[in-house]
Amino acid sequence: MNEVAPAPQPFPHRHLLGIEGLSPDEITLLLDRAEIYVDQNRQADKKKSVLRGRTIINLFFEASTRTRTSFELAGKRLGGDVINMSVSTSSIKKGETLIDTSMTLNAMHPDVLVVRHPDSGAVQLLAEKVNCAVINAGDGSHEHPTQALLDALTIRRRRGRLQGLLVAICGDIVHSRVARSNIHLLQTMGARVRLIAPRTLIPAEAERLGVEVFDDMAVGLEGCDIVMMLRLQSERMHANFFPSIREYFHFFGLDYEKLERAKEDALIMHPGPMNRGVEIDSVVADDFGRSVIREQVEMGVAVRMACLELLSMNQPELTARNV
Amino acid sequence: MGNAHGDNTRGDNQPRDGDRVAYVNARLFDPASGLDVAGSLLTEGETIADFGPELFADAVPDDVIVVDCAGSCLAPGLVDIRVQVREPGEEHKGTLLSAGNAASAGGITSIVCLPNTDPVIDDMSVVEFVARRARKAGLAKVYPYGAVTKGLAGAELAELGMLAEAGAVAFTDGVRAVADAQVMRRALTYAATFGLIIVQHPEEPSLVVDGAMNEGETATRLGLIGLPPAAETIMVERDLRLLEITDSRLHIAHLSTAEAVDAVRRAKARGLAVTCDTAPPYFALNETAVGDYRTFAKLSPPLRAEKDRQAVVEGLKDGTIDAIASDHAPQDEDAKRLPFAQAAFGGVGLETLLAVSLELYHNRHLELAELLRLLTSAPADLLGLDAGRLTKGGAADLVVFDPDGAWKVDADNLRSKSKNSPFDGRPVQGRILRTVVDGRAVFAADVG
Repeated sequence: MNEVAPAPQPFPHRHLLGIEGLSPDEITLLLDRAEIYVDQNRQADKKKSVLRGRTIINLFFEASTRTRTSFELAGKRLGGDVINMSVSTSSIKKGETLIDTSMTLNAMHPDVLVVRHPDSGAVQLLAEKVNCAVINAGDGSHEHPTQALLDALTIRRRRGRLQGLLVAICGDIVHSRVARSNIHLLQTMGARVRLIAPRTLIPAEAERLGVEVFDDMAVGLEGCDIVMMLRLQSERMHANFFPSIREYFHFFGLDYEKLERAKEDALIMHPGPMNRGVEIDSVVADDFGRSVIREQVEMGVAVRMACLELLSMNQPELTARNV
Repeated sequence: MGNAHGDNTRGDNQPRDGDRVAYVNARLFDPASGLDVAGSLLTEGETIADFGPELFADAVPDDVIVVDCAGSCLAPGLVDIRVQVREPGEEHKGTLLSAGNAASAGGITSIVCLPNTDPVIDDMSVVEFVARRARKAGLAKVYPYGAVTKGLAGAELAELGMLAEAGAVAFTDGVRAVADAQVMRRALTYAATFGLIIVQHPEEPSLVVDGAMNEGETATRLGLIGLPPAAETIMVERDLRLLEITDSRLHIAHLSTAEAVDAVRRAKARGLAVTCDTAPPYFALNETAVGDYRTFAKLSPPLRAEKDRQAVVEGLKDGTIDAIASDHAPQDEDAKRLPFAQAAFGGVGLETLLAVSLELYHNRHLELAELLRLLTSAPADLLGLDAGRLTKGGAADLVVFDPDGAWKVDADNLRSKSKNSPFDGRPVQGRILRTVVDGRAVFAADVG
């Protein structure tokens, strides 16, 4: 095992609960560290011992395949012991409260808890009760910080920078934690953000977050460097956020006609899983020249390795134990 | 005879392609620009070629067909933004052709029809069906409203964006209110995405179950269950609050109560993007017209108290109410020859729209030009229709009328397929002499 050099500086937070509040330097630290792991992950021998002896628990109160797998792989490649707990196998179904569950897990001395929960703020509540690092893997409609980091890494590798780029985030903004984390990250790093959606899917006073809001794809995509599509959940239709899939696709689905308004070399992104023919036309999603959707998945593992490493290294009690 | 109805003269004086028709000796009105002047107007084929006081001051060229207006008023054809056609689905009550004929007799050249047909206008194919059938009739131009909710059921949004692309000019659930506040909020918000207008029937449905006429002394004496004025006020006030948080565009149809007029007045003063209309029954009649259980006077909203009628007149005078629409609601005899509580709501109004509205002029509530504005450019502008104006090069949609010509409304003589006029037997002033759509006379009175 060829080990990586230690991180140049510590990450100055105990948890990673969200992007809001992180400084440009802190974001850059995570992205730079992830950059190293991108290269490592492309080698035949991917296993490192950075987290040897450390226990990581993936605690998922909401169904997830790609994020959970990505964290699991990240932890294992760093040599940590990774346990997956999902809601169907947990005692939550037996009536245990979130705090009881976290206290139980805490008693097992994990080093990092990776938590996804359908309620906004639930991960923070849990983090207040445990004495290990907590990474938010998505809480309700609040934040999904590692997604924003992997999006940023993807963009940075393609464009060399984030500063000054014009990024359109399109679709179900109101329910999206991905959108919120990306808004914070991109603006912190000096990019400009536009939100494009039917007004039913734009949260109240969204402009107060510093973004520009559009309800016409053709106008909003004009001159954009990056087009980020969000997943549309069809159950929103029955709550009258939009009338039908065909109308949604007609006005807000990304096809070549709408994409024409963006810059010629605009990158197309999607956090997955995609609904082809709903928010994105299949041929656009599969356009090798412009779609970086698969690259986002690759960056996801690297970003999560960086987060796991830097947060593990940063636990005072861990340091004490390791002396 | 005393009525205004002559034969439909589709063979009489019909210009062929490119023919020119001169309307001379007219009092020209263009309410949008404030024009009110003696003069002439020339149509060429389907469009207005020229008009003004100097036109044909010397002579009319030989190759021009001349229509002598003999001092009568010549104005843009009326624009009626609230019409129930009944086609498709209830053709025994009315059709696009019968509504077109009634509109022609009423000087109306553009109508906007409600989506409460069967099938409901909640699908692009129905929008296209109505447009095609109306074109075939070749009478008043027909613009459909689309449904706000699928099947007018008040639950799930219809495809407003695609319906608008197909030609729906605005959205309403017709004679039903969008009752659920969350659905209405979403409808307003979603409509704003595309700059579309939601038109509400202002009535809180839970307050009017089984109601038959306006709540009050008359209903009490007749032993009928009342429809409280508050049902209208509550829905108007609620929608104005929803409008405020959605930054959208709301039009409230057929206001009938003093409190609702006042609520809109205050909302406009606050700068909200709200407009409203009323219909002739609400400024020309009150609840006493129900009299001895006259089902032709059973309307929705119901005829209200005299103070409400006066408030509606005030609303028209001070600009709170933006337009007048006929609220044409044909019902067949079977639906009206019933005990009052069981009879259907609604009255026909196309043929009496101008004559009854002219009472506001004859009673000196409104100038003639202002009244005509409320019937032409104002309703057209509300829904963004290219209609209701005299424009060189624009469609030659015109009405020639004598504002003083007296006649008596006789339900049996109406051209409308259904005869349920709340104004049956009423003496009125204002005769339609000629109605012109795209340069063609679709109605000409048999004067003399």
